[in-house]
Amino acid sequence: MSAIRRGAVLGRVVLALAFVFGTAHWLPSAAVLAQPGPTVRVGALYPLTGALARIGASARHAVELAAEIVNREYRDLRPLPLASERGLPRLGGARIELVWADTRGDPATGRAEAERLIERERVTALVGSWQSAVTATVALAAERHGVPLLVPEASSPRLTERGYRWLFRTGPHDGMFTELIFSFMDEVGKLRRREMRKVAVLAEDTEFGATIAGWTMGIAQRRGYNVVAREFYTSPPASLTAELLRIRAAGPDVVIGANYLVDAILITRTLKELRWFPDGFIGHVGFNNVPDYLSAVGRDGNYFVTRAAWAPGYAKRNRLAGAVNELFRRRTGYDLDQDTAREVMGLLILADAINRAGRLDGETIRRALAETRLSADQVILPWRGVEFDSKGQNRLVGGMMVQILDGEYKVVWPFDVAEAELVWPAPPWDRR
Amino acid sequence: MELVWHAAVSGAVLGLVYALVSLGLSLIWGVMDVVNLAHAEYLMLAMYATYWLWALARVDPFAAVPVVVPLFFGFGWLTYQLLVRRIVRAPVATQIFATFGLLFVLRYTAFAAFGPNVYGVWRLGEGTVSLLGVPVASSKILAGAASLGAFVGLAAFLRFTKTGKALQAAAQNREVALSLGIPVDRMYALSWGIGIGSVALAGALLIPFYQVSPTIGDAFLLVAFASVVLGGFGRVDGALVGGLCIGLLENLLGTLLSPTLKLLFVFAAFVLMLLLRPQGLLGEPGR
Repeated sequence: MSAIRRGAVLGRVVLALAFVFGTAHWLPSAAVLAQPGPTVRVGALYPLTGALARIGASARHAVELAAEIVNREYRDLRPLPLASERGLPRLGGARIELVWADTRGDPATGRAEAERLIERERVTALVGSWQSAVTATVALAAERHGVPLLVPEASSPRLTERGYRWLFRTGPHDGMFTELIFSFMDEVGKLRRREMRKVAVLAEDTEFGATIAGWTMGIAQRRGYNVVAREFYTSPPASLTAELLRIRAAGPDVVIGANYLVDAILITRTLKELRWFPDGFIGHVGFNNVPDYLSAVGRDGNYFVTRAAWAPGYAKRNRLAGAVNELFRRRTGYDLDQDTAREVMGLLILADAINRAGRLDGETIRRALAETRLSADQVILPWRGVEFDSKGQNRLVGGMMVQILDGEYKVVWPFDVAEAELVWPAPPWDRR
Repeated sequence: MELVWHAAVSGAVLGLVYALVSLGLSLIWGVMDVVNLAHAEYLMLAMYATYWLWALARVDPFAAVPVVVPLFFGFGWLTYQLLVRRIVRAPVATQIFATFGLLFVLRYTAFAAFGPNVYGVWRLGEGTVSLLGVPVASSKILAGAASLGAFVGLAAFLRFTKTGKALQAAAQNREVALSLGIPVDRMYALSWGIGIGSVALAGALLIPFYQVSPTIGDAFLLVAFASVVLGGFGRVDGALVGGLCIGLLENLLGTLLSPTLKLLFVFAAFVLMLLLRPQGLLGEPGR
């Protein structure tokens, strides 16, 4: 084949690809089912395909359930916002209509899709999008067009530290989770009268791990803890022996981990190989990746503690959480988890603000969001309520600590909602 | 001091595992001058094969070796026949694009087939034994021993069998080997079979202490390249020396100085080697 013909063929292939990918955007996804009566269009941005497709699929169930709670009448869900009436009463009973967009887990796609939702689909507000990196670019589109963006679950502190005007986060960020871990350690130390001042940090080295390590250093200093070791690694690691040998040599009482799932599995195995376990190992994520973590490590996962925004055990302690969980279960066949619980609540909070605004104007809705005042009994998460600070962060958030006991995740703190007693210090490997 | 000893012993065991992962890369590179960027993807697929044998039929990972290794030998052979044969004499850029493309095909096939989830084998009986006074998982010791065995076996094959000698001849000079009646094409296919078979052995032995996901090759690909360069391009024993060096470097300097910098140490050694002794530790100059 001559170079010219090769070039021509290549050109056609590129054109064909451009056509396929370029048009795919507005073909099926824009097709929205016609519903009677007035509607409020809300754009939902989640990774619906790609490596995170499973997360996107759960998120879709959660957000759709929340829309249904708003649109239909659920008297027994009172005092959950907008549950006991049909639609948005101050907008003539308008329904929430979701317009879905696929971020593919990619920041650039996320932003392009956000622009499309705003410009072509004319959505009133946005909700999404699980990953902090994608949410950060979606936020740029929201800022540019002045469209409110509600973030239920992405937890990078930077999202709200940037001073965005249109971004509101209902769930806790990683710094707040770190603060929570120290509150937990304070209480456990006092209750068990156990010396636990020496803390080690084992973190992966991208923004997630580095941010948590930074917050941990700051909070530890403020609360009188001593960080005796701080080790970073690149994920996925081929080995974590050197890191854990150093941490063991520093003799910490507690190790705080900011690790992904594969790292968490390797940490578990390496600790077992070294025949060492600190009094407590507290992981941010990774260890609570259901069900992958436990199916990979089995009983070796016992006694790890992880922070949680929500846990199925909470549904047994809180009537509203139990009722919403039941609805979710009926729809999907599985329980809510810490992501989907935050997603249901997120859309309800957004819908509540749109309703109070009483008109579909961005600035009015933004002001209504900023004036949100929900109390603890109106939410399905262990929060003191919802109230945004000047940066758009809900300052009444809370969380729980969960421990793996006999191969199950059990809420162990706060003590008043605990479903099992915390095992602390964790027993050594040869006595398990 | 105990810490140093501990780091050295576990580093050596880790190094043997790295060496086994690099073996096939080094062999293929040495025999036909093709850099297989998809090498670690075969590792990932072999880990999946071993995992599924365990999960579905409760085949112990070690017992799976006689199944997985021949299977991947065939897979390597097939890869050569279908893809690599067409690019053996193509420009380097073509070879790189071809194996890079292969990497994506294999990785995203795994995504499509198994999803993004992470899988691992866990066994209650998994023990830790004392090796020179250091606790090491017994499965790791087995993997290290198997790695040594594979290197000895391959060296014996290359030195003492007619086919092994023919393989070396094909590696040294394609044209001369052809003129002597050596079926060079078959030798190339054989080197792919052995290369992919050996990385599959590594995969099967890794599964008891390492988890698998479609992107897990990333943890090993660069280390494998560094091993091959450190030991000496295209020398099979170079992969052993290189792998051991990296395991020791990473664990010793990581434990003593800072684990955060352990990959920096590895790649600093890599760059220094390229600058000062481009033929590698064992290589002879001018090859």
